[in-house]
Amino acid sequence: MSVDKDTVRRIAKLARIALDEGRVEPMAAELNGIVQWVAQLDEVDVTGVAPMTSVVAQTLKMRDDVVTEGGTADALMANAPDGEDHFFVVPKVVE
Amino acid sequence: MSELTDLTLAEARDAVRAKKVSSVELTRAFTGAVEAARPLNAFVTETPERALEMAKASDARIAKGEGGLLEGLPLAIKDLFCTKGVRTTAGSNILSNFVPPYESTVSQNLWDAGAVMLGKTNMDEFAMGSSNETSHFGPVFNPWRSRSSNAKLVPGGSSGGSAAAVSGSLCLAATGTDTGGSIRQPAALSGIVGLKPTYGRCSRYGIVAFASSLDQAGPMTRTVRDAAILMRAMASVDPRDSTSVDVPVPDYEAGLDAGVKGLRVGIPKEYRIDGAPPEIDALWAEGVAWLKAQGAEIVDVSLPHTKYALPTYYIVAPAEASSNLARYDGVRFGRRAQGVRDIVDLYEKSRAEGFGREVQRRIMIGTYVLSSGYYDAYYIRAQKLRSLIARDFDEAYKKCDVLLAPATPCPAFAVGEKTADPVSMYLNDVFTVPVNLAGLPAIAVPAGLTKDGLPLGLQIIGKAFDEATVLRAGRAIEVAADFNAKPERWWRAA
Repeated sequence: MSVDKDTVRRIAKLARIALDEGRVEPMAAELNGIVQWVAQLDEVDVTGVAPMTSVVAQTLKMRDDVVTEGGTADALMANAPDGEDHFFVVPKVVE
Repeated sequence: MSELTDLTLAEARDAVRAKKVSSVELTRAFTGAVEAARPLNAFVTETPERALEMAKASDARIAKGEGGLLEGLPLAIKDLFCTKGVRTTAGSNILSNFVPPYESTVSQNLWDAGAVMLGKTNMDEFAMGSSNETSHFGPVFNPWRSRSSNAKLVPGGSSGGSAAAVSGSLCLAATGTDTGGSIRQPAALSGIVGLKPTYGRCSRYGIVAFASSLDQAGPMTRTVRDAAILMRAMASVDPRDSTSVDVPVPDYEAGLDAGVKGLRVGIPKEYRIDGAPPEIDALWAEGVAWLKAQGAEIVDVSLPHTKYALPTYYIVAPAEASSNLARYDGVRFGRRAQGVRDIVDLYEKSRAEGFGREVQRRIMIGTYVLSSGYYDAYYIRAQKLRSLIARDFDEAYKKCDVLLAPATPCPAFAVGEKTADPVSMYLNDVFTVPVNLAGLPAIAVPAGLTKDGLPLGLQIIGKAFDEATVLRAGRAIEVAADFNAKPERWWRAA
């Protein structure tokens, strides 16, 4: 499999990263280098092998379904690039 | 007493407890060293005022006969740990103005134990790198230089600032994080000790996430004893991280000098790689001889899937990173691009401006391997390989208690030497990555110098939650290697 320029544009769109047209070709080359290198995994017979889901054997802990923290809206808004009355402000989404 | 900054963490702890030195004196010595070492670029943010306040509070507690395990001891914190009210950047432009409203559990544990914060250390952006060259705040320089050249060398990465700060005696010890080698590789390249504990030993709460199934915090110190002390203080079970494990934290220092008599030490044959400098193999052989001489039983073992660990890692880690880093969208926190057309433009431009090249590359790879049509071929296959790699270790541990291996395939290299080819940079982690994939604990211990006078490390890998044995074997290496070389403080004249 190789990564062509259209694939790079599509992936950049999915990843929400603006990619100047001039960077599409170099990015394709870099990604191809990595993709070809990881392709060596195809040599391994993985028939019957379960994909890893948890590296340390443990059951996921449960907790009571109650509010543990809250009332921190001021603190959470402190880093917002733009906000008003505990709302994050973004460019208009709906016309 | 020589310079206060030359004390080990253990020595400083004992001196402070015995009231031979106050925390304020100790802290002033280190804030001075930090300031004098700015040419190393080890810190993104220095916090000398806060350090002094914390030191004064420590001295007050000590005067009352109180005090925790780390009372009054100045530490440096990797800039991946959120610190309440102190900017936390993860080495990234996108977080260059981020001031967390909360504290990471690991750093909170340290403050609860009485430690003093000197500042936040530089690192590869979002911990993605092996040389500290991907930081938005510029590269860190290794305190060590080659005997044959004054060229600036990298300290390794991603915890490069922490490694340089410990190696250059700018702090008593530092925190690091290790996703594929980010504690052990810089420790080895900077001539210090670095311990990555078992996955789940430390809480990940408040640590900026890179690859959540691999990330673990751990200590970076000048001695194995110091690593034991700091490890105990960092570890805890935490209701805020459901993957933190409820296993009691032992006093790792207690059994440190028990020796390795009868310990079965496995030598994995696949860690002998073509093209590694002969000095790496020679040091490894020396390590085998040291442990044997102290009564360990040496066992040959095989980890057959070792060669697939790096390519597996470079699917799993970017996949997790691409989803973890989706949160940086310029809306709730972090930098926002200006002059945007609409909401999608805001996301795309904020991320393009906020992320550096390596981070963008890894998000792209991660997005690609998770995208429709490729998910099974790449991501699921990699997770199957991960199972096989973990199984290799399980099989090996039927025959041995710990494994001995090199920490890195090469000593510190020059700034700029490996930035052109991503894959050549990735190969730095060939001996460390399998351990993360299997979730195991491992320590890098400085064990010798190259003929050019650069430090090299050996690595002890243990069974899950057997940090105590890893530290004990690491201590045996430390005793035999008697590594006491220090870098010249060239930066003071710079």
